[in-house]
Amino acid sequence: MHRHRFERIAIYAILISFSAVMLVPFAWMVSSSLRSEAEMFPYPPNPLSWGFWAPDPVRWENYVNAWEALPFTRFLRNTLIITTGRMVGELISCSLIAFGFARLRARWRDALFIVLLGTMMLPGQVTMIPVYILFSKIGWINTFKPFVVPAFFGAPFFVFMLRQFFLNIPMDLDEAARIDGASTFQIYTRIFLPLAKPPLAVIAIFLFMGSWREFLGPLMYLQETERFTLALGLMLFRSYGEYATRWDLIMASSIAVSLPPLILFFLTQRLIVRGVTLTGIKG
Amino acid sequence: MTYTPRERREAREFYLFVSPWLIGFVVFTAGPMLASALLSFAEWDVITPPRWVGLDNYRALARDPLFWKSLGVTATYTLIAVPLHLTVSLAVAILLNQKVRGLGVFRTIFYLPTVLPGVASLMLWMWIFFPDGLLNAFTGLFGLAPEAWLADERLALPSLIAMSMWGYGSTMLIFLAGLQEIPQHLYEAAEIDGCGRWSKFVHITLPMLSPVIFFNAVTSMIGTFQVFEAGYIATQGGPNNATLFYLLYLFRNAFEYFQMGYACALAWVLFWIIMALTLLVVKSSAAWVYYEGKR
Repeated sequence: MHRHRFERIAIYAILISFSAVMLVPFAWMVSSSLRSEAEMFPYPPNPLSWGFWAPDPVRWENYVNAWEALPFTRFLRNTLIITTGRMVGELISCSLIAFGFARLRARWRDALFIVLLGTMMLPGQVTMIPVYILFSKIGWINTFKPFVVPAFFGAPFFVFMLRQFFLNIPMDLDEAARIDGASTFQIYTRIFLPLAKPPLAVIAIFLFMGSWREFLGPLMYLQETERFTLALGLMLFRSYGEYATRWDLIMASSIAVSLPPLILFFLTQRLIVRGVTLTGIKG
Repeated sequence: MTYTPRERREAREFYLFVSPWLIGFVVFTAGPMLASALLSFAEWDVITPPRWVGLDNYRALARDPLFWKSLGVTATYTLIAVPLHLTVSLAVAILLNQKVRGLGVFRTIFYLPTVLPGVASLMLWMWIFFPDGLLNAFTGLFGLAPEAWLADERLALPSLIAMSMWGYGSTMLIFLAGLQEIPQHLYEAAEIDGCGRWSKFVHITLPMLSPVIFFNAVTSMIGTFQVFEAGYIATQGGPNNATLFYLLYLFRNAFEYFQMGYACALAWVLFWIIMALTLLVVKSSAAWVYYEGKR
């Protein structure tokens, strides 16, 4: 009995200390974001003292200053354009494609599906450069088109996810609709799409999160500062001589940029967790 | 084999629905793959027309010290980070699976870091690793001298590896889900037979979890081979190329040195390496992965 109790305490102790390690960086982020420039490096550096963590005075203005130091409102607009464009494109295309693979038969269907699965595992580097050159030749560099347009052609992973979901919808629904004279497209829009709201919601969330944080794509395709996304803009702080060591502003803007994904996460936690675990289990 | 008109119509509809993917596949995947393969045999600085050079790029690659350096950096990172990630994620998942109260809260805390945009986390960790930053303040408590973590050739890569441990939340979630799927009756039967704690772990938990371990190992490995942001933002590949990740070197060749052909060669070498490693893990999986339903 004693051993059992000791064990429970040990488990909680480990979990709580790990959690502390996970949370300390967040705390430091917030604390630093509210410091004044002079107070950035508390001296003497004693992490056990309250003064080390609590800024005095608390500078809420840092958030405003950081936001105005660089054109963050513009960055936000750009990020929103890319993100929503992508979401619309993928949601439409992936559900169309998944429906095709799930419900319609053709001689090469299964072979094509295997090809699709194959591309899921493809490391992006082998297509990265020619795709860039392609976009460069048609003048799409420094626009948002390289992000939004390909979204209308489907993403293998989401197609796979939706197809598995569609396979589980009973054929009776299709047949009943056919008897009522529905065309294939109507079956898609009237039956499958409404039923697909849960997986589509998960996909939308993943797309939002992924788009918001994307870095390499924007780095390659966006050349002028005024087209930058939030992720690129954040990095810009370090390139401007005067701001490179303004960690107070850098932390404030990092938090600001992270807020939308964090808020979305807290609102849709269950969906996200279920989505992540499903990919692992089915994989 | 002849098809009925209805079958032919269904096939037409299939191709119609799937056409976005088919077109996208040709334009954004198959075409570019072919193009980059061809480009890898050429020299092209984008301004002047491409020049065929045959195997020269690949020969240069073999003699390029930075190629080997970046491969070494990426391989070291993978070899250390992946087992570390898997072990710690699994350990935490096992702890969380012990019917702890507040499971949801713990789960959120461990997953939270992965929600932050990569750039934001990197900024935070750059600040933590700063000579006058948080980490040195903590080590100072133990009497250790402050280090220039990211600016020190020996410490930069280990620091980045340690930093990546902050974001293992999704791997942990997948392990937790896998653990929860293991049927209780297996453990009960083992207990009746007098199995000890460790024995249960080795003979029930690990085998039942092996498909999940396999999945996490492969995805982790593919992920670590494509690390870019950490190198580009936090250390710019330094100091002295200590953190010159392969993808960063590739990026530089394409967009900073304008060596498109060479960059394509680098891309294909990476492709084959990843394929080979994945195949290795897949082949080896036959020996240690146990599938419940397979015959």
